[in-house]
Amino acid sequence: MSVDVLLIEDEPSIAEAVRFILTRDGWGCEQWPEGTGALERIRALAPRMLILDLMLPGRSGAEILADLRADPALAALPVLLLSARGTANLPPGADRVLPKPFANADLRAVVRELLEQA
Amino acid sequence: MARPPASHRSPHARPLIGTRIRERRLSLGRRQTEVARRAEISAAYLNLIEHNRRPVGEALLTRLAEALEIDATELASDREEALIGALREAAARAGEQPVELDQIAEFAARFPGWAAVLALAVRRADALERRLVALSDRMTRDPYLLTTLHEVQSAVTALRSTATILAETPEIESEWRDRFHANLDSDSQRLSRTAQSLVAYLDSFEDEAVPMSPQEEVEAWIAAGEPDPADAAELASDAARVMARDLLAAQARDRAALPDAALAAAVDEAGETGGDPALIAARLGRPLEPVLRRLGMLRPGPWAQAGLIVCDGSGATPFRHAAPGFELPRPGEGCALWPLFEALAQPQLPVARLIETAGGRRFAAWAVAERLLPMGFDGPVLSRAQMLIRPAGPQDARPALGVGPACRICPRTVCPARHEPSILGPA
Repeated sequence: MSVDVLLIEDEPSIAEAVRFILTRDGWGCEQWPEGTGALERIRALAPRMLILDLMLPGRSGAEILADLRADPALAALPVLLLSARGTANLPPGADRVLPKPFANADLRAVVRELLEQA
Repeated sequence: MARPPASHRSPHARPLIGTRIRERRLSLGRRQTEVARRAEISAAYLNLIEHNRRPVGEALLTRLAEALEIDATELASDREEALIGALREAAARAGEQPVELDQIAEFAARFPGWAAVLALAVRRADALERRLVALSDRMTRDPYLLTTLHEVQSAVTALRSTATILAETPEIESEWRDRFHANLDSDSQRLSRTAQSLVAYLDSFEDEAVPMSPQEEVEAWIAAGEPDPADAAELASDAARVMARDLLAAQARDRAALPDAALAAAVDEAGETGGDPALIAARLGRPLEPVLRRLGMLRPGPWAQAGLIVCDGSGATPFRHAAPGFELPRPGEGCALWPLFEALAQPQLPVARLIETAGGRRFAAWAVAERLLPMGFDGPVLSRAQMLIRPAGPQDARPALGVGPACRICPRTVCPARHEPSILGPA
């Protein structure tokens, strides 16, 4: 099964809810629970888009995003950033940002939009 | 070699007294010859006294006081000592601005009103500075506040998404429904605990004192006496209770390995060498690391004013007991120049330094780091460093290493270890 969305999120309850929502919409969704090893996971799964939490154990979402954009093979990958600190002072490079807590409908809409563009 | 001035030669010299005598004589409009005659000394000798070039003994002080119609105790009063101390603090905070340090006593004696105003301004600036640091900590950099708010956001996000799923998906499979109900239960409990801690923390904002994170709460609790682990329940947050129990358990292990009586006896037996922790450790036949920790916790005899800071391999300081006059930053911060971190970078190599705070206080510091294998050879290798400090005596002639509390609140303008501008000075 192809992976439409790779979710990098360390909160188990949030990850479970997001996976449920996206799977119900018909998207193939995988999850990775920490910053460490995230880039390797992205390369291995080759998802169509990424949902990236900003605050992660190991490496932060900002570091992962910077590495992603610096890698020619991954630079164009659509990224939705999940932020628990509002929308101010966010790292550059994300296609869209959803501040936590988000509405499920907003998440579904943004994912659909990014996947249709991918 | 030139001899130092007479006022510097005698330990009993009272440079302030001479100035006060001169001010008193001039205020009475009397000549040196008149006062000298009544005090049964020569005018030339009085002139030397008035210029703080000769000491004044008790008998002569009494005669001079009678000649100047003033109480001898007032003439010899130490009231100006505190004022001079405040002025020295002001000078230390002036940074690179040159200050006539050798004329502080003269300034205080000749212009007591202006000196008092300056001292008052410095004290007020100090108070405002502490308030600024506390507010800055709370609002922008407080790791406890940021982490707690992140916890709240995460719990609320999980609750909202899960609740929406359950509300909008009536046909959801029972297995999923059960899992989401369990998630709701655990996340609501997490939110409840976090909110409780957050409210307790925010309540402390109303106090003038710096609000307490769980670690600070534990530190204050331990510093207040010899707490019993059973009393940890009185701490405000779950995190503080867990930290307190872990800390007391670690200290109990150290105490069991090196009992109070044995340590106190070794310090007594060490006599004058009691100031060297390595010699105490050698006398006890114990490694230096636990001896530093035990000296910092028990603080026997000459170690009564000792402070202790313990850090792990990440530089976090899970235990800190401040020595008097050694300002500690908020948990999670520290000065890279502390011997603690020098020791951390070279485990098993003891470090002994004379350090000086930005306020001019000097401390003797001993630090050593060790490697730990809590999970055996198959587990990760952890590091722990401990630094014992105590106020340095005047006889300690080693070059002093200037340190601070942490870059953000350190007033030093030039420092090789600075990694961010201070909020107390120019960037």
